Amino acid sequence: MNSTRCAACKYLRRRCSPDCIFSPYFPPNNPQRFLEVHRIYGASNVAKMLEKAPVNQRAEAANSIHYEAHCRIKDPVYGCAGIITLLNQQINDAQCELAKIQAEIAALNGHHADILPPYQQITDASSFANYPVEGDGAFPATHDPSFPQFYLNSW
Amino acid sequence: MGGSSPCASCKLLRRRCAKDCIFAPYFPPDDPHKFAIVHKVFGASNVSKMLQELPVQQRADAVGSLVYEANARMRDPVYGCVGAISYLQNQVSQLQMQLAVAQAEILCIQMQQQEPATLPTQLDVPDEKSLLLSTSTFNNLQPYLSFASSSTVMQDPLKRESLWT
Repeated sequence: MNSTRCAACKYLRRRCSPDCIFSPYFPPNNPQRFLEVHRIYGASNVAKMLEKAPVNQRAEAANSIHYEAHCRIKDPVYGCAGIITLLNQQINDAQCELAKIQAEIAALNGHHADILPPYQQITDASSFANYPVEGDGAFPATHDPSFPQFYLNSW
Repeated sequence: MGGSSPCASCKLLRRRCAKDCIFAPYFPPDDPHKFAIVHKVFGASNVSKMLQELPVQQRADAVGSLVYEANARMRDPVYGCVGAISYLQNQVSQLQMQLAVAQAEILCIQMQQQEPATLPTQLDVPDEKSLLLSTSTFNNLQPYLSFASSSTVMQDPLKRESLWT
């Protein structure tokens, strides 16, 4: 029997085999890490997700799974998706500000004929402003006016 | 007896759809894929627990975000949603740099136009709103985002060292 079980096998109270899929990514000195992923995904789903990832990318997969679980525990309603919405909003704000400043620069330089209205500049440059949502798109990332306000208030 | 159709969850789980089924309001029978993907990533019992812990008025949003994350994970089994976060973080950083350059340019132009012959002794304070964009709003997020590092989770060639190791 492995005298030093990984955090997953310790939590699940089972023998930690030499080829345990969890043990490289859930060391016994960090039990909280497995606790969080287990709470959100469950051990078998985590194992399936790790198995699906290429072996040389499983560490990154384990880290991202833990990050998402942690986000979901901190924000049970929006999780990681809330952070994406916040970032999209920051990008939109920064784009508006940049367009405004660029228009001012153009005006100061006297190139009035080349100035586009700020709104048009934003739509031309907004290819990444709303990170694509696949699936049914039902998540009201940027369309529900109450959604980002609620999230920002909770921060 | 109405004979109403079971929700997508109960159809997939092959069980009777009770009147107070927690999934029914959010997983209608005409969209089986929605529940299938959430069940695949999170598991029905975990989703049920998460919804039960939330007030009713927040459950629709929670389901929306779970579907979003499940789709992201299926599309990218290694990074899931975190790939998107890293990508957007980089976009924010780039825009902040562009803003800083543009603000500096405006300052230069303004100084040249006011007193072209005089060397500046003191720079004007940048616009307050742009400071806000680059400090408080983003910095509130920084400690939280630095939890997962910034850029190894990208899908495109821009890879930096991982802070997770």
